[in-house]
Amino acid sequence: MALSGMRGLSVFISDIRNCQNKEQERLRVDKELGNVRTRFKNEKGLTPYEKKKYVWKMLYIYMLGYDVDFGHMEAVSLISAPKYPEKQVGYIVTACLLNENHDFLRLAINTVRNDIIGRNETFQCLALTMVGNIGGREFAESLAPDVQKLLISSSYRPLVRKKAALCLLRLYRKNPDVVNVDGWADRMAQLLDERDLGVLTSSMSLLVALVSNHHDAYWSCLPKCVKILERLARNQDIPQEYTYYGIPSPWLQVKTMRVLQYFPTVEDPNTRRSLFEVLQRILMGTDVVKNVNKNNASHAVLFEALALVMHLDAEKEMMSQCVALLGKFIAVREPNIRYLGLENMTRMLMVTDVQDIIKRHQAQIITSLKDPDVSIRRRALDLLYGMCDVSNAKDIVEELLQYLSTADFAMREELSLKAAILAEKFAPDLSWYVDVILQLIDKAGDFVSDDIWFRVVQFVTNNEDLQPYAAAKAREYLDKPAIHETMVKVSAYIIGEFGHLLARRPGCSPKELFTIIHEKLPTVSTSTIPILLSTYAKIFMHTQPPDQELQNQIWAIFNKYESCIDVEIQQRAAEYLALSRRGEALVDILAEMPKFPERQSALIKKAEDTEIDTAEQSAIKLRAQQQTSNALVVTDQRPANGTPPANHQLGLVKIPSMSSNVDHSSTDQGFSQENGTLSKVDPETPSPDLLGDLLGPLAIEGPPGTAVQSHQNVIPGSGGDPNAVDATAIVPVGEEPNSVQPIGNIAERFHALCLKDSGVLYEDPNIQIGIKAEWRLHQGCLVLFLGNKNTSPLVSVQAIILPPSHFKMELSLVPETIPPRAQVQCPLEVVNLRPSRDVAVLDFSYKFGHNMVNVKLRLPAVLNKFLQPIPVSAEEFFPQWRPLSGPPLKLQEVVRGVKPLPLAEMANLLNSFRLMVCPGLDPNPNNLVASTTFCSESTRMLCLARIETDPADRTQLRMTVASGDPTLTFELKEFIKEQIVNIPVVPRAPGPVPPTPPVAQPTSPAAALTDPGALLAGLL
Amino acid sequence: MDGNGEQWVIEIDVDWGKGAAMGLIGEVIAMIQFVLLISRQGKVRLTKYYSPYTQKERSKVLRELIVYKRYASLYFCMCVDQDDNELEVLEIIHHYVEILDRYFGSVCELDLIFNFHKAYYILDELLIAGELQESSKKTVARLIAAQDSLVETAKEQASSISNMIAQATK
Repeated sequence: MALSGMRGLSVFISDIRNCQNKEQERLRVDKELGNVRTRFKNEKGLTPYEKKKYVWKMLYIYMLGYDVDFGHMEAVSLISAPKYPEKQVGYIVTACLLNENHDFLRLAINTVRNDIIGRNETFQCLALTMVGNIGGREFAESLAPDVQKLLISSSYRPLVRKKAALCLLRLYRKNPDVVNVDGWADRMAQLLDERDLGVLTSSMSLLVALVSNHHDAYWSCLPKCVKILERLARNQDIPQEYTYYGIPSPWLQVKTMRVLQYFPTVEDPNTRRSLFEVLQRILMGTDVVKNVNKNNASHAVLFEALALVMHLDAEKEMMSQCVALLGKFIAVREPNIRYLGLENMTRMLMVTDVQDIIKRHQAQIITSLKDPDVSIRRRALDLLYGMCDVSNAKDIVEELLQYLSTADFAMREELSLKAAILAEKFAPDLSWYVDVILQLIDKAGDFVSDDIWFRVVQFVTNNEDLQPYAAAKAREYLDKPAIHETMVKVSAYIIGEFGHLLARRPGCSPKELFTIIHEKLPTVSTSTIPILLSTYAKIFMHTQPPDQELQNQIWAIFNKYESCIDVEIQQRAAEYLALSRRGEALVDILAEMPKFPERQSALIKKAEDTEIDTAEQSAIKLRAQQQTSNALVVTDQRPANGTPPANHQLGLVKIPSMSSNVDHSSTDQGFSQENGTLSKVDPETPSPDLLGDLLGPLAIEGPPGTAVQSHQNVIPGSGGDPNAVDATAIVPVGEEPNSVQPIGNIAERFHALCLKDSGVLYEDPNIQIGIKAEWRLHQGCLVLFLGNKNTSPLVSVQAIILPPSHFKMELSLVPETIPPRAQVQCPLEVVNLRPSRDVAVLDFSYKFGHNMVNVKLRLPAVLNKFLQPIPVSAEEFFPQWRPLSGPPLKLQEVVRGVKPLPLAEMANLLNSFRLMVCPGLDPNPNNLVASTTFCSESTRMLCLARIETDPADRTQLRMTVASGDPTLTFELKEFIKEQIVNIPVVPRAPGPVPPTPPVAQPTSPAAALTDPGALLAGLL
Repeated sequence: MDGNGEQWVIEIDVDWGKGAAMGLIGEVIAMIQFVLLISRQGKVRLTKYYSPYTQKERSKVLRELIVYKRYASLYFCMCVDQDDNELEVLEIIHHYVEILDRYFGSVCELDLIFNFHKAYYILDELLIAGELQESSKKTVARLIAAQDSLVETAKEQASSISNMIAQATK
């Protein structure tokens, strides 16, 4: 079929096809562009046909990847052509050449709108398609009502309405306010009754977007979606043309199940039952068949159904069924199905109780690790990583190690990191862990990041039982003919520290150890030489009785490197030489490294940071909370917010009895301080963060790539000339935090929880208290998750709630002991009786070792949790607003010291506190009007608020709040004020909070004083 | 085109550049972000974007999922979000190919080269805003036929007018 007679275009395309190389093509394209440009310049002489032809040529050139920076105007101008053929070309080419940010597009808005509201159905379709594909904010603002009308009016034909649905979806993505109209949710529900499946499919896409943002408004759509699903899955009255390989519109089925996944739950028992029936039918009725397309389509539906089943928290039986199905899929021939089977099994890990069933498929999953397709191998690795626990760690890690030798290079780094993490987390015993890491370095040294070998050194240093074993292993590897440089580093380090423990074994005399390590020196890079020098110094120190020959050898080496061009090497050589001539001092300074502070594995952190797949990530997090190996205790005594300094390396030298703290900022400033200076910090004010940073250098959490050569060791009084001193290499010995310090900022955590319903309320090295809350009108159910992070139990656990007088609160029993690494859940019921800003306090205490820890935590049961956002129209607002004429029902206040926010962000802030901003009610664009309903046990009351801002000074505003209850008005006004005033962390603190206006304080002060919770909350 | 070619879901790092990623922040992303038709020789046969990338961004990192299916010498690729249902997208591709097949009568790459505009027309009847708008092949075929006849009618009118002018000016 020729290009509708456009010879010029066909010729051009043929020319391009005949080009022998890219250069020829470019020349031909340039020539054509020149030609088109000239023709457009003399636009008057162009016939519509010619214009069309040139515009198509431009699109073709653009499609080939060339810049086309002219002629946009001509394309856009075709849109306003009166006849269909030109108009069609104009719309399609414009939609391809321009994007929503293009200025020319603005010129076309009027024409486009005329086409949309006009009577010509075909023009409507063209316009809706273009806006649906490239429409931006401006289009959203000017066209949304027209597009809505087309969608909901049954007088238009389906071909227009389905386009209108997707066009509206595009506009909604650009500006969510386009559906901010009264009763839109009902309209959506009505649309779901649509018989035309084209319109229904498009409307369902729109609904997916709507519920993904606010499912609350669309509850009425839920039962209808279940009905649609029933209709489709049971194959009832679906026109033949809407079945795809015998499956009733798989796309619509998938979308409908997507919608259902955005609702937190299906409450109505009948709807829930119907839904499960349909899901059961889908699960049972899908088989692997020969036809690829049928297979794909039915599995698209099936996998969506699986996701929905997981979301709905189905009974265990159904879950087991799902796992069994997935087990079948990972064994089939079809790669797509295998891939998705593995991926969905990884998602399944999030569901409790099915891990054991998944484990039954371990052998098959391991086989997938050898699949010819890399995507499948990746998924298999992720799944194995996710499903690993103490029971199967040995098997899985050994498989991974085996696979490492044959894996493609692209996967090796990830593979070694994952093997290292699993070995660490689930090691049945420590010697196995050491074996694994050494094997890892041996097999894939290039892919083993420094973090991995730093970690093994930490464990060996901290576990005395392990030291002789590790030293012996390291010695074995040194016998191998060609070993990786990382292996040289780790063996040298371990032999230096613990080689003397092998003294009586054959081949392990100091001299022999020295010789075998020194053999490696010629093969290593400059970054390894300092480690070797330290090892020599340590071997020398441990040689008792002294060996004159060895001493001469080592001194000769130090002598040689004393003049090395590398500063680090030079410094070490010089210092060790000076020290080794001092006898006694050497023993002190070169004594074994002290134990490292326990901390979270940098590896795990790194892995979490680099995970991309969210499902997998949450699975990993979930797994992280589960039982890990008892062999390795990983706690975190560092405040999580302490940023680790950038330059860390393992230091080899300890400074005995360093009692002063070292200024950690010297590292932050990047060696700018005078060499060798140890700034003393006032011993009375060591903050926990400082300590954290001080301990930080030995952490192996340094961001990869920033590790500059910095093995600097400071040796006070050494005769050397320290050239660049990294104070962070010094470890104060024997300094432990005296008391338990919280991790993270408690106030910030509280404030975050005021805005969301789940998160961490409190954390310290021993315990993590999480909260998950559900709020319904005046009631709330909070669940406290008390998680013991240690390997020993927390005892004398006590939780007391101090409720303010406006709450009825009931906390279920809190167990006295939390077992090691266990998490207990304690539900807490809250009933709101009256409006008040007072906050309930959780008085929590536990005993760890000899430490009694007690914290008082504000609970995020705050006023805004009992608000229900409600949109009001102008007709509703003013009749409510006007009669409330003044105090005490309507209060006004000028607030100063406001966080300077742009108006849109102020609106977002209000919305986030569940005060719904109603745009367009206030004629002044600088004002915001918001409405909400307050719920207490006895009442539901409408509250209205108006914020008048001053664009010239964003730090002040006038606020008016009205409701039918004076206390409510006052409390709400104060609440809003607390939120917008510029001191978010301590809302009740005296200071920049504007003074309370001269309005009678409705809450009785006497009541507040006798209320222990309120008193305490005030103090906090 | 025979549909027995390879088909697969691959994870790739599309090199987009930060600008594109930033442009997407705060927006709800379309299900399908772009459609590409690429020949085995690496020649582009069709591109259609549903997210606002600049030309530069289009040729550049945003981890996305590319779902592709090969039909003879031509790869049909769609870039989707990680969370999307890959099989569903794979079948949207096939659905498109079946419609092309019906329209051209056993479509081949050459048809699409010389009638790339038709491929665009048909795609617009299938997807809007990166979402499927119509799952009935019959309906799409009917709408495209109606468009074609509109163009034909306009052409006939034009030629009859020019004939009349030619007659009158003889």
